[in-house]
Amino acid sequence: MVRRIGISGNYAVAYAVKMADVDMIAAYPITPQTTIVEKLSEFVANGELDASYMNVESEHSAISACVGASLTGARVFTATSSQGLALMHEILFMASALRTPIVMANVNRALSAPLNIWNDHSDAMAQRDAGWIQLWVRSAQEAFDATVESFKIAEETRLPVMVNMDGFIVSHMYEPVELPDEEEIRKFIPSRPLENRVSTKRAHAVGVVGPPEYYYEMKYQAIDAIEESRPKIKEIDNDFNSRFGKSYSEIDTYGIEEADAALILMGSIFGSAKEVANALRRDGKNVGVISLRVFRPFPVQELRRAIEGIRAVGVVDRATSPGGSGNPLYNEVATALYDMPERPVIQGFVAGLGGRDIREDDFRLMYDATQKAAREGAGRCIYVGLRE
Amino acid sequence: MKCVKTTLKGWREIPEGGAITEPGSSVNFDVTAWRTSSPVIDQEKCTKCGMCFLYCPDSAIEIDETGNYRVNISYCKGCGICAKGCAPKAITMVKEGH
Repeated sequence: MVRRIGISGNYAVAYAVKMADVDMIAAYPITPQTTIVEKLSEFVANGELDASYMNVESEHSAISACVGASLTGARVFTATSSQGLALMHEILFMASALRTPIVMANVNRALSAPLNIWNDHSDAMAQRDAGWIQLWVRSAQEAFDATVESFKIAEETRLPVMVNMDGFIVSHMYEPVELPDEEEIRKFIPSRPLENRVSTKRAHAVGVVGPPEYYYEMKYQAIDAIEESRPKIKEIDNDFNSRFGKSYSEIDTYGIEEADAALILMGSIFGSAKEVANALRRDGKNVGVISLRVFRPFPVQELRRAIEGIRAVGVVDRATSPGGSGNPLYNEVATALYDMPERPVIQGFVAGLGGRDIREDDFRLMYDATQKAAREGAGRCIYVGLRE
Repeated sequence: MKCVKTTLKGWREIPEGGAITEPGSSVNFDVTAWRTSSPVIDQEKCTKCGMCFLYCPDSAIEIDETGNYRVNISYCKGCGICAKGCAPKAITMVKEGH
């Protein structure tokens, strides 16, 4: 039976992890992620979850412990934000190359300096080349569903998965969330021994030196694995849908069928963007929105299909790449669309850094500028709401 | 022991995550190209104390059927530890190409 309860995005993740029956959790508290691992420690202490809970001295140790535990075949979880994710940086690359199916919730928060605990996407964008699958959610329900799916995606691809959730806006927002029976979740992601794991029963060395004769081939395995994950992510979502009646595609669109201009964005601002698009459509402006749920592997074909017929797109970055040819999401979109025979004009925006709200007027400005780009061509990146 | 040079494996053949699933794979690794000098043992001076055999970090010193210590040049990276550790100074490091 499905239970409908009021919980925060963070608690939704904790419930999903508990239902996934993880074997080990290694965590270090950091705002705004803390209540995920706090709730999980409660589940373990109460005997509701039979898992080993490791309090470590840093995020670097948290992810290192997860890699080690995962190599033995354990189902592991960790959660972090911002500086914590940055501290994990070097180990993130090992997690993907050693093919450890770790699931991590990253509650998106700005990177220092100045010190800031609020939401933007700079933490995850700085780790985009670490070889992790990245999912982006927009509500507590999505956070629950994506976390459940992530364990299956991770174990079938033997790649680590990062579930990204906007700090405070999703992580601390209490919403009604539908929780399926724990038994049903466990049928969806049964615990099973992973092959090729470290064991005392046979000789097996991992994390070995990859000299120039081998590094390239070893690295390519993880590149191939993330490419091959595309159909698997779809299949797993279909399976999830048949069991729980919810489905999430790589990209989500709103009002783009007749649109001449559309915004492309990620995370919780999809809701506000839809509201404003709706208001503008009532005034006869043909605008729409595209939201990415999967950022790695980047949904190139899905985006190209969605974009057909649209004359201009505006890419909303909530992170920057100082001195770059564009900001992270802009660069991905521009590269994905570049060799389309009739590609749209692409206007870049930066908005909502360090928790700055992106308000109705900001969206109106971005839709207007994108429509203007359709007529006159795109200009330089617009830093929305920046005071001179 | 003879060094077996294996054919380099392609990415599809390497165990997932670059794991080494067979023990003793280092015997397949020839380090000849690393060396700038190699040890030469003067059997006249050698007292067969075995210090070179113990010190060599790559197990490149072997004992032949006559009980003499010999260098397996495939595994010698030319570090010179054997020469340093040789009490009767029976080992000389000779520059490669001389």
